[in-house]
Amino acid sequence: MDTTATIWMPQQASTIASEVDALFYFVYWISIFFLAVITFGTIYFAVKYRRKGKRDQLTSGPHGHTGLELTWSVIPTLIVLVMFAWGFQVYLKMNVIPKDALEIKVTGYQWAWIFDYPEGFNTGGELVVPVNKPVKLLMSSLDVLHSFYVPAFRVKMDVLPNRYTSIWFEAMYEGEFQVFCTEYCGKSHSDMLAMVKVVSQTDYEKWLEKQSDDSGTPPAEKGKKLFTSRACNTCHSTDGSKSVGPTWQGTFGSTEVMASGEKITVDENYVRESILNPNAKVVKGFQPVMPTFQGILSDKDIDALVAYMKTLK
Amino acid sequence: MNTLPYKTYLNSPTGIKSWLLTKDHKRIGLMYLMAISLFFLVGGALALVMRLELFSPGEQFISAQTYNQLFTLHGAIMIFLFIIPSIPAALGNFILPMQLGAVDVAFPRLNLASWYVYVVGAIMALGAIVIGGVDTGWTFYTPYSVQTKGAITLIVMAVFVLGFSSIFTGLNFIATVHKMRAPGMTWFKMPLFCWGIYATAIIQVLATPVLAITALLLVLERGVGIGIFDPKMGGDPVLFQHFFWFYSHPAVYIMILPGMAIISELMATFSRKPVFGYKAVAYSSLAIALLSFVVWGHHMFTSGQSELSAMIFSFLTFSVAIPSAVKVFNWMSTMYRGSISFDVPMLYALAFLFLFTIGGLTGLFLGTLAVDLHLHDTYFIVAHFHYTMMGGTVIAFLGGLHYWWPKIWGRMYSEKWARISWALVFIGFNATFIPQFIMGSQGMPRRYFNYLDQYQPMHAFSSVGAYILGLGFLIMVVYLWHSVKNGPIAGSNPWGASTFEWTHSTSPPDPHNFKEQPVCDHEPYPYATTIFKSTNPYEMDDSDK
Amino acid sequence: METSTATTGHEERPEFLQHHFATAQQQRETSKLGIWIFLVTEVLFFGGLFCFYAVYRSWYPEMFHEAHKLLNVSLGATNTVVLITSSLTMALAIRSMQVGSKKWTMINLGMTLALAGTFLVIKFIEYSHKIHEGLVWGKFFTFGEIDATNPHLFFSVYFAMTGLHGIHVIAGMITISWMMYRTSKNHFSADYYTPIEMTGLYWHLVDLIWIFLFPMLYLVG
Repeated sequence: MDTTATIWMPQQASTIASEVDALFYFVYWISIFFLAVITFGTIYFAVKYRRKGKRDQLTSGPHGHTGLELTWSVIPTLIVLVMFAWGFQVYLKMNVIPKDALEIKVTGYQWAWIFDYPEGFNTGGELVVPVNKPVKLLMSSLDVLHSFYVPAFRVKMDVLPNRYTSIWFEAMYEGEFQVFCTEYCGKSHSDMLAMVKVVSQTDYEKWLEKQSDDSGTPPAEKGKKLFTSRACNTCHSTDGSKSVGPTWQGTFGSTEVMASGEKITVDENYVRESILNPNAKVVKGFQPVMPTFQGILSDKDIDALVAYMKTLK
Repeated sequence: MNTLPYKTYLNSPTGIKSWLLTKDHKRIGLMYLMAISLFFLVGGALALVMRLELFSPGEQFISAQTYNQLFTLHGAIMIFLFIIPSIPAALGNFILPMQLGAVDVAFPRLNLASWYVYVVGAIMALGAIVIGGVDTGWTFYTPYSVQTKGAITLIVMAVFVLGFSSIFTGLNFIATVHKMRAPGMTWFKMPLFCWGIYATAIIQVLATPVLAITALLLVLERGVGIGIFDPKMGGDPVLFQHFFWFYSHPAVYIMILPGMAIISELMATFSRKPVFGYKAVAYSSLAIALLSFVVWGHHMFTSGQSELSAMIFSFLTFSVAIPSAVKVFNWMSTMYRGSISFDVPMLYALAFLFLFTIGGLTGLFLGTLAVDLHLHDTYFIVAHFHYTMMGGTVIAFLGGLHYWWPKIWGRMYSEKWARISWALVFIGFNATFIPQFIMGSQGMPRRYFNYLDQYQPMHAFSSVGAYILGLGFLIMVVYLWHSVKNGPIAGSNPWGASTFEWTHSTSPPDPHNFKEQPVCDHEPYPYATTIFKSTNPYEMDDSDK
Repeated sequence: METSTATTGHEERPEFLQHHFATAQQQRETSKLGIWIFLVTEVLFFGGLFCFYAVYRSWYPEMFHEAHKLLNVSLGATNTVVLITSSLTMALAIRSMQVGSKKWTMINLGMTLALAGTFLVIKFIEYSHKIHEGLVWGKFFTFGEIDATNPHLFFSVYFAMTGLHGIHVIAGMITISWMMYRTSKNHFSADYYTPIEMTGLYWHLVDLIWIFLFPMLYLVG
């Protein structure tokens, strides 16, 4: 299964990957050829015409040659035209999304990925998709620019705060594939990772059922999971240390001073407001940088997070 | 035996005031050279700190926040304080008027003003580091650059100010080339260095104002919230990218064209041949300058631009490849049937041919749309632009520095140490950046403080290479410093070169450049018909003494 | 053509001729080329702003239409006339020095300066009205009686463009004042008036930019 990886390219895990790689290696061998011509040509001339005798002597080589100069203008032009046309053709394929694609909504924010499924639930940090089925990702950002990149699928697209972008892929193998954020987005940019988990169609359906029904899990435990999967932990600590946002340890029930000078006791309503409308009341000493989680965290999710927060004494 | 001239631009007049108020292009060039060298060393040291941190994944000895500030500063210092002014404002300032046979640039006071504006901009940029740090990357992409803390406003203002310095230099050089040429020196008798600097100056003048307005709007966005880049207020952050790259892509050619210009001089001098296809090389500089304005969108293939614009930008991008290819082939052919000396400047020119070819060819991968989607914003890009900017411009700059060093100071450096340093730079550079190509195409994103274990061997290799490179530069600093007072006296024309700064002027030059106004009565680089006598102290036989 | 014959003319070098030029003609041509290149950079600088205008106008055409009605056309038109007149007096100032009349040069430069001042006073009146009504840029926009999306963007563009233009007017006034000082000190004559000519070229550009700004912001929106 891993046989498609080379020294230059990672495994070809999507249908488009082999086409991208064929093009990559076309450019690669052309480049190697020209590099060899220039390098060995230079070395050959350097050795053959090295100075013999005194520096200040006359030479009589040619000053130019129109035919030659035309040759090395026209041939590279033709070659790059091929690269251009081929590159554009594959690019179009990567941009035309199959009609029957499964559509999943991707939301990027500092510093995590959320995946919204058409069945009405979402996951954080883990994108589960069926194998051999085209998947369309409709993407947007809650704050700054991000970029969604899966090297094994050869797909990458920026994720913007003011408009939707989309990509699609069709995974060829079951397995786990790395997702990177490739548009610099601040302190924890390099930790804004996720995994694509490719499973068989039957496993996918089983997984969907399980996700829709989470009545068995106690709220505090569910909250703890959400705390990491929704990346609350990238800005809020649970050990009392100050980060981008206030710590969660011992915060519930305490009284905090707001930026406005007002004093507020942290209760269920304040936490709820801070998740849905984060910049309404910001604790003194912190920047109003948290995005809203309206539409991303359901009421039940918020209940679970509050339950988890209560356990952090 | 060579002797130093009695009266030179270095000693006449003397006193610190005579330097700070000088209008002499040579002194201003030298002051620029000092400043940019300092910033090059600072930027390089920052890179070494980063490479040490990246030796292993996870936090070694600096935090993520510090790392993000380091790569921002490394980029901003190297681009705005080093590369852009490097060849034009330092070497160009010194050499351009002399090659044209002029007494000075067209506007000497403006030239001095440009240096002071540069210093003010540099102080502002350093101030931004001290008072709060900058963690946006040198590209200042919105909306991150609007919302993050730190001294963003100050450093963007610094970029605005530095832009004026660049515009002043460019304006001055255009006027100088048009109006200050020696009698008899028609356009096609100019040395190719002048052509390259001229093409560069055109870009400086046309592109920099757009950067200025963009920087100003970003400052207004941060300062008073005008909202035009703010998605929450109906503005568009991607618009910033368009404006930024409308300057910054041509700026890439502000960086490389002067490097190419130096290589033309070196190839001619050390092969003792006129540059093969002189006119093609001259015109290709202009072609690159003009095409550079219409390719900015290739930085944004993944930004959600339409298929049509992606197609147009990809096509235009490939068209820039042709004049660059023409130059490389012409330089190579210049060596054909020459009499090639392997002095240190020529070693740099040969290294340039190899490294810049790799830089240029890897650009083809990035112009190819489908492949770019995979490689964009990975270490492949980092390696690519280091091969063009460092393997191209910096190597050419070093070639030029070693070429004109005896002209500037009147003394030669140690050939032996210069060769050792060259070898370390060449090996270290390749060892640093070849692994970055590989890990980039394997998916390693750029601007990553932390990374997956699978990339560790490549990162470690690259870090080791960086320290070899650093050692090469350390040696260079020592032998160049030593040569200023102690090197053997070079004489007026140690390379037996054909341009006015060598043939009609002492080393170091007279305060007024020439004792007599030079007159141009020959084609450029007439090595086939004229013997230019060499004064190289390392090659004097008994008859010369 | 551009190059000059060297080594001649050393004996009769006029006082204003700088040491690195061979002839007065070379110095004059070089200065003029320099100012033209500078004007090109100015055009590109404002060109960037015009692009922003074009982009936002194409995204929000109705909003631009609604918002532009809130500008005061008669004040804008008055300012246009004021600036065009000042261009005329500037041209007359150069003409006066060409015929060697110091007095009329001073009068014309003074009139140009006064008209520039008038322009700024009118601009100031406009600005204070706008600020008073909350018709300002971006996040400070508080004007309620407009039915359009993101009207603050129009005023961001309006203030950025007219503000930068205003700064150029002030820079022009400083230069004109300096020219008046140098004229009064007899630095210029019918043989040498290049600095006034360069100031004039700059002033015409400032005028020209306004001639573009006025219809784009006040008339078509």
